[in-house]
Amino acid sequence: MAIPPGVSAQNWTTALQQFEQAVGKSWVFTGDDDIALYRDAYSPFWGEPEERLVAAAVAPDTTEQVSQVVRTANRFRIPVFPISTGKNLGYGGSAPNLSGSVVVDLKRMNRVIEVDDKRHFAIVEPGVAYFDLYRHIQTRGLKVWIDCPDPGWGSPVGNALDHGVGYTFGAYRDHFHSHCGLEVVLPNGDIVRTGMGALPGAKTWGEYRYGFGPTVDGLFAQGNLGIVTKMGFHLLPAPEAYQTSVVTVPRRRDIVPLIDLVNELEHQSLIGMPEYSSPLGGLGPPPAELAALLKKPGGATDEDFDQYAQQRNRGSWSCRLQFYGSPRVIAAHLEHAKDRFNAVVSGSAFQDGELMRFPLTQEQLDRVHKVAVGIPNMAIFSIGARTELNPSPSDGHLWFSPIIPKTGEAVLEAQRVFMEAFTKLGVPSMVSPFSMPATWMHRAFIFIMAFPISRTNVAQNRRTRETFRALVKVAAEHGWGEYRTAPAFQDDVMAAYSYNNQALLRLHETIKDAVDPNGIVAAGRSGVWPRHLRRARA
Amino acid sequence: MKSLLGIAGVAMTAFALGASTVLAQRADSDLKKGNEAYQYWCATCHGAGPGHPGTTALAAKYKGALPGLLEERIDLTPTAVRFAVRRGTSIMPFFRKTEVSDADLDAITQYLMRQRNTNR
Repeated sequence: MAIPPGVSAQNWTTALQQFEQAVGKSWVFTGDDDIALYRDAYSPFWGEPEERLVAAAVAPDTTEQVSQVVRTANRFRIPVFPISTGKNLGYGGSAPNLSGSVVVDLKRMNRVIEVDDKRHFAIVEPGVAYFDLYRHIQTRGLKVWIDCPDPGWGSPVGNALDHGVGYTFGAYRDHFHSHCGLEVVLPNGDIVRTGMGALPGAKTWGEYRYGFGPTVDGLFAQGNLGIVTKMGFHLLPAPEAYQTSVVTVPRRRDIVPLIDLVNELEHQSLIGMPEYSSPLGGLGPPPAELAALLKKPGGATDEDFDQYAQQRNRGSWSCRLQFYGSPRVIAAHLEHAKDRFNAVVSGSAFQDGELMRFPLTQEQLDRVHKVAVGIPNMAIFSIGARTELNPSPSDGHLWFSPIIPKTGEAVLEAQRVFMEAFTKLGVPSMVSPFSMPATWMHRAFIFIMAFPISRTNVAQNRRTRETFRALVKVAAEHGWGEYRTAPAFQDDVMAAYSYNNQALLRLHETIKDAVDPNGIVAAGRSGVWPRHLRRARA
Repeated sequence: MKSLLGIAGVAMTAFALGASTVLAQRADSDLKKGNEAYQYWCATCHGAGPGHPGTTALAAKYKGALPGLLEERIDLTPTAVRFAVRRGTSIMPFFRKTEVSDADLDAITQYLMRQRNTNR
């Protein structure tokens, strides 16, 4: 049996007994087979000495049990690492930053505390999955939507605490932004509620997030100052209808007014999440003529790309606009969008989708992009899983997620910079002149890339790690930083946020040392290490 | 004492209904539990229809030699089901015991093997 670093065998035995007293013997896992289930299934260190492994897992059922577990951990200086549903795949899964940690598995805390469809909020525990919250709402016929990320098995609490994102309106799809009030167990076992929840008997815990005084909620997202055990969220009132329309612009340089106009529509809350693509891109190898164009000495010009598009009667860029509301509101917003494009970008073409009224028919459900209408599902895994187009799937993936500005110029620059970086690194490029960013963030783009992970090819994983670290530096040199990353790279990413001699990290460390002097909670999360481990790592 | 009463209760019920009826009811109850656990934990990826990547992946793997839908398979063994759930395969991760308990896993296995067991 593994023992947490720096803990004596005697203290470990006593701590395990106290964990068992707190949560029940059957909810303390120490057997090799059981704790292996807490490995990161997509670990870039799979099977290597650096892989993050746990010493044990403890699964409390209540906030009070979490408090007892944390008090014991603090007494014996045992590192703990909380997980909600443990599905943070591609960003670390259920594994800690520090090997030998005890995972505090909150999956059993799966209660939906409250959903209000008149004031539009929910309060949930960390073990609640998006599927659970959706089912709770549907079975009661409540008139609210949730905003969910691609995989529906994740936790609204866990996802928001890792700055996760979804698919509807900006105010909802930035999941931490839409949160309202936390309940947190601090490293000394004390239980604190933020926002209005700090007021006993508060009537607006799920509605007014600031309460009174300084706001501390952000310290617990991607942080390591406590274990969140309840969380409120604002919810979207269920719209009456939904419609998409794809706008396509003809020329390569039209990417600039395309994004400017979509920003205008989105920031006025006239559309939900826009989704960009290029009719010239696509999965699989490019056609021969395009491949030749991409290899042209000195690079293809905008005119070359325009000619290529024109010959095929295709546009250069597209954006799928999403409209929500009553049919009359949707029609007015769509008409306004068309007016704006027709006035600014000559040759803009719109292809309207079907106006769908809720509830959808089964046939509509089968073809609608479910997350865009607040329905959790797992269809996203079709991209990585085995298909006829992908007969040899990887064993997982690693997300590289730099934030770039929401402009056409920035997209073209990111394409160029990352393509050059891949060439320099001598690895196949994940980026093409048609790559478009993800738009989950409300006010910025994520120029996201997925690197495959193998459970058998150590050399490939090693190359991937080297490439990943190099790209973090390349991004930072251009003013781009990652919004989220797996534990393997959190020190690298935090190092890039280096303004004024790492002033932000130094502030985090000061707070960490004050709130968690024994450094027991999620040591190393986001690159913030407790004092005793900073010394060892220096 | 409680367990003795329980045994006596089961024995009396069995006497009243007939042992085979009780066993059949228990089997139905186990299958129902297995079906529910399967629908909750597995069907989001391994269900029927579009948007189920597990079903798509298995269809691509077996190219018609076996059904893509796990619920239509008659060749599954407890070892294979347990391996997939506790070790994962390809991009399917393994599931912790706070998610799929050992009891759930047994019930899911029985549910997936119901046709194989019936065909014996």
